[in-house]
Amino acid sequence: MSKSRSELSQIIHGVARDPLGLMGLIIVGTIVVCAIFAVWIVPYDPVAMNIQDRLQGPSMTHLLGTDQLGRDTFSRVIMGGQVALKVALPAVFGAMVIGLTLGMIAGYGPKWLDNLLMLLFDTIRSFPTVMFALAVVALVGPSLQTVVVVVMATSIPTYGRVARTQTLTLRNSEFILAERSMGASMLRILGVHMLPNIIGVLAVLAAMDIPTVIALEAGLSFLGLGVKPPTPSWGALLKDGYALIRQTPWLVVGGGLPIILATLGFTFLGESLRDVVDPKLRKQR
Amino acid sequence: MTETLLEIDHLSVDYETARGNLQALRDITFNVKKGEIVGIVGESGCGKSTLISSILRLTAPNTRFRQGEVRFKGSNLLQLSERNMRDLRGDDISIVFQDPMQTHNPVLSIGRQMVDIQHRSKASKSEKLSKAAHMLGAVGIPDPEARLKQFPHEFSGGMRQRIAIAMALMSEPDLLIADEPTTALDATLEVQIIERLQKLQQEFHCAILFISHHLGVIAELCDRVVVMYAGAVVESGDVREIFHNPKHPYTRRLIDCDPGHIKERARVLPTIPGEVPDLANLPGGCIFRDRCDQALPQCAVDVPPLEQLTAGHQAACWLNQEEVHA
Repeated sequence: MSKSRSELSQIIHGVARDPLGLMGLIIVGTIVVCAIFAVWIVPYDPVAMNIQDRLQGPSMTHLLGTDQLGRDTFSRVIMGGQVALKVALPAVFGAMVIGLTLGMIAGYGPKWLDNLLMLLFDTIRSFPTVMFALAVVALVGPSLQTVVVVVMATSIPTYGRVARTQTLTLRNSEFILAERSMGASMLRILGVHMLPNIIGVLAVLAAMDIPTVIALEAGLSFLGLGVKPPTPSWGALLKDGYALIRQTPWLVVGGGLPIILATLGFTFLGESLRDVVDPKLRKQR
Repeated sequence: MTETLLEIDHLSVDYETARGNLQALRDITFNVKKGEIVGIVGESGCGKSTLISSILRLTAPNTRFRQGEVRFKGSNLLQLSERNMRDLRGDDISIVFQDPMQTHNPVLSIGRQMVDIQHRSKASKSEKLSKAAHMLGAVGIPDPEARLKQFPHEFSGGMRQRIAIAMALMSEPDLLIADEPTTALDATLEVQIIERLQKLQQEFHCAILFISHHLGVIAELCDRVVVMYAGAVVESGDVREIFHNPKHPYTRRLIDCDPGHIKERARVLPTIPGEVPDLANLPGGCIFRDRCDQALPQCAVDVPPLEQLTAGHQAACWLNQEEVHA
């Protein structure tokens, strides 16, 4: 995308002016920074067991206490954030790219191809995500990759449909006719002229989709279908804590709070981004 | 003297609709010579847009070319491969559209769009940019280098139309189609655009096919004029001939209705009573018969052919036949 640097900084400034957007930016920023530098932040190895110190409350040595195997909860929360982003970002990005491509083909291509792709999208959408995930995990076994693929597959139709609708609107617009009458090929029209008109909408959709995906990953891990133990995950933390909630509530806090914060943060950011990017809303300010 | 650039030869185009075949163009014949400005006049729905899209072959899927040819430099465009046709568009034939607010991509800077339409040229990006700036200067946009970085919404309507003209002329086409380029602009801007087009035409020596329903503009700009009514040519010829000595009742009424021609102040502007006939269900005989105040019995029977009256003046009306025969 050829968005110039000034435009990008304009968008960031726009988001920062909005109090909710600023909050989202801070939360998301913190999560991302923690995830990137997780290895240096964590005070303990998140999978190292220490049975003597198990189920401790918060203290100076263990900020959020320890779990039933004596693993440091704070370290597991930080590493869990990395896992959450490792699932959410590739899944959302992949779904966006594939959905965008298929959607543009459906919108610009012949009618039969459009019908075929729409049928495919509707078929995928008709599966409940968790059921679909259960089936896939039962077949290939739980892993980070499985979660990414499942989440990606189920969110492709959303991006595909939006991209298709945008393409359909654009293909009849006069500037596209003008490009065609200037001898532009189909690839040029799609790549140079339509893509920049569609990508903004999809980027906002993606930002709003990340919390859903994070929650989905946590949910799958909670059900034991997500990442394989002992890999730390917020969902897995929640599951462990849920069983031991009477002994130590810190595990549930450690697993639940980041999920809530991440969901809120990305939602705030997404909504604020939508308001800044959408020119119709921009004019009203 | 000069060679013919574009020949429309007995072109008939139908639209297949649920109501049956809509005969949008019937037996259209005229030509455009090299470096000439030809105007096409006619009210809305007379087939002007169908004609343009037929020349560029950017027609709706339900379009059927029933008969005739569109020859450009001797080759029939209707039989050209899609690939060859695309090479022609924007290179030999360019077009300027009616609404300047809609013809530019809203999310790309003008410079980027002007570089993009030079995709056939092998020049470097900076060469393309400087050519774009030069073209913007040629259409009278001040400070073109800085303007290239701006987006379409930062320009006014008149400027955008001038940019559209600059883009169309960038490849130095042989034929520029101008599809009512001034209709969406106000009168002062209209004059500016027309003067600019005239100047550019002298500079680039391209032929212009100028579509308009504004007779004043046509009279000002064009060498020859083709008057269309309900998908057919009713009269064509030299601009002076047509305006001073119109031979078809429709042309006569059209000139009478032009606000520029009305001498006295009028509360109600004159109109031509009646409606354009249904093109899906054409009546026999002359298509203008129902609205014509001079209709003869013969008009209900036969379609009047386009007759050569004098050199450079043709009209399709039985009244002229009477004169010729009498």
